[in-house]
Amino acid sequence: MKRFSLSDRMFDTFNTIFLVIILILIVYPLIFVLSASISDPTAVSSGRMWLWPVEITFRGYERVFSESSIWRGYGNTILYTLAGTLIHLLVLLPCAYALSRKELMAKKFILWFILFTMLFNGGLIPTYLIVQSLGMLNTMWAIVIPNVVGAWSILVARTFFHQSIPDQLVEASKIDGASDFYIFIRVVLPLSLPIVAVMALFHAVGLWNQYFNALIYLSDRDKFPLQLILREILVVNQMQLNDPAAGGGGESLVDQVQTAGLIKYAVIIVSSLPLLIVYPFIQRFFVQGVLIGSIKE
Amino acid sequence: MRTARAEAHVAEKTRGYRIKKNFQRNWQLYVLLVPAIAYFIILHYIPMYGVQIAFKNFIATQGIWGSPWTGFDHFTRFFESYYFWRLLKNTIILSAYQLVLFPLPIILALSLHEVKKTMFKRWAQTLTYAPHFISVVVVVGMIVIFLDPTTGLVNRVIVALGGEAIPFLTSPDWFRHIFTWSGVWQTLGWSSIIYLAALSGVNPELHEAAKVDGATRIQRILHINIPSILPTIVVLFILNIGSFMTVGFEKVLLMQNDLNVSTSDVIQTFVYQTGLLEGQYSFAAAIGLFDSVINITLLVVFNYLARKLTDSSLW
Repeated sequence: MKRFSLSDRMFDTFNTIFLVIILILIVYPLIFVLSASISDPTAVSSGRMWLWPVEITFRGYERVFSESSIWRGYGNTILYTLAGTLIHLLVLLPCAYALSRKELMAKKFILWFILFTMLFNGGLIPTYLIVQSLGMLNTMWAIVIPNVVGAWSILVARTFFHQSIPDQLVEASKIDGASDFYIFIRVVLPLSLPIVAVMALFHAVGLWNQYFNALIYLSDRDKFPLQLILREILVVNQMQLNDPAAGGGGESLVDQVQTAGLIKYAVIIVSSLPLLIVYPFIQRFFVQGVLIGSIKE
Repeated sequence: MRTARAEAHVAEKTRGYRIKKNFQRNWQLYVLLVPAIAYFIILHYIPMYGVQIAFKNFIATQGIWGSPWTGFDHFTRFFESYYFWRLLKNTIILSAYQLVLFPLPIILALSLHEVKKTMFKRWAQTLTYAPHFISVVVVVGMIVIFLDPTTGLVNRVIVALGGEAIPFLTSPDWFRHIFTWSGVWQTLGWSSIIYLAALSGVNPELHEAAKVDGATRIQRILHINIPSILPTIVVLFILNIGSFMTVGFEKVLLMQNDLNVSTSDVIQTFVYQTGLLEGQYSFAAAIGLFDSVINITLLVVFNYLARKLTDSSLW
């Protein structure tokens, strides 16, 4: 059966060309930004730099790292991401585990209670008013709590517990006199590290990248996460770089405009690189998460 | 008659007894549910109940529950306002545009599935997923950089080819294209994962049988692969429909400016603007509710249609 027809080979060729074109379209902007961030700004604006870095300079990064608001934003984002992910797991895992156990009564009802929030929600304004009345405005809690867990994550984690924790194991532990708390923490969680990783990563990426909650709930610049600072630099263009001295002082207007461009490229890399570097190694966890999520019961 | 009642009584008693017994034995399981249930009540169900401010005149000092009722005033004001049709039209066009491109990740998945070289396949997957991990702020920042009228790469190429620079970001005509296609750039690869998974579950015997019958690759894709993943396609399509009126408004908000507002003003950005920036809480909540009602209606209708027509549906 090792017979390939001409049309099949043509198909393969066209298919490969099609994919290569898509890959170039997707990757080119990323490479361009990376190269531009370490190239001389005049080379970038004149078009001499079009793929690989030209006349390498790290001036953009020096300026980015000398900017205190970026450091603070970075620190805030790390804090919100770590705290938010931890709370996410503390809310999600116990609930998903309990829902996976057959002894639980009214399981259908509880699941629908949770799933209904996917179909309908109060919307932006009522949610904002509740967050406000809880006294969370302008605190870390407004970033961490309003989206602490979604119905989808609970379904995914529950499916995982359902499939990978055998009933006999739980029953045997119960006969040995273990309580449900003990079983969950000492027996079930150690066997469930993959799902813990998947859920933590999904949530952490979301927290790292979100800006909207911070935009509506935070008012102190000191508390802004990185994405809000980035919004000022990249989108609103209203960032006043506070210490021109750090960039060498006495720059002409043209220099300033060019350095501003360089800073934009550098700041994109500084904010996105941690995820882009780490994700190929943890990609399988993400894919796994999507796959468990697609299993319909 | 008497015995029936007595039996019912006993049954009631045993049922109550069983519930009590279950609680006694498994109370810790119920405790594990508490944080999540509390979260859903406080941050989802109370706001749902708080939607009533759409029918009230919200006064900050009297709170959601104490403010006076106004009935449908906010809704009529919205429907009769001159911007209503513009908002509705912008929202529908933007959403419909994205929905038209819904098949693109399916095409990518079908194409990737045909690749036999695993190295190339793995690289292709890793690279196409990458933009998913970039934040909307950065994506919009990149759009701003690449499409800048003087320094942007795209306009420099246009000028170099003898064309005239296009003010993409301030142009109402270009907004929808830029918004939608940058979204494709970001989500194409990631959205294809689920279809790839569905494709890997296609029964290989079907392909063997088709090969024996002399079917070409394209014929096998059309008549085996696509029908096999149709349930997945239908379910994802319904899910997309369910957020039809929401159109990734966080990104719209970032891309919006005074000059492109005639096409970029969508219902959700308007809710943000009137509600949170101008403090018209009740009016904005009414508009938001209008949006959610359309979403949920579309979801229910399309789910019903899908169940009737294709046998696969969300519920």
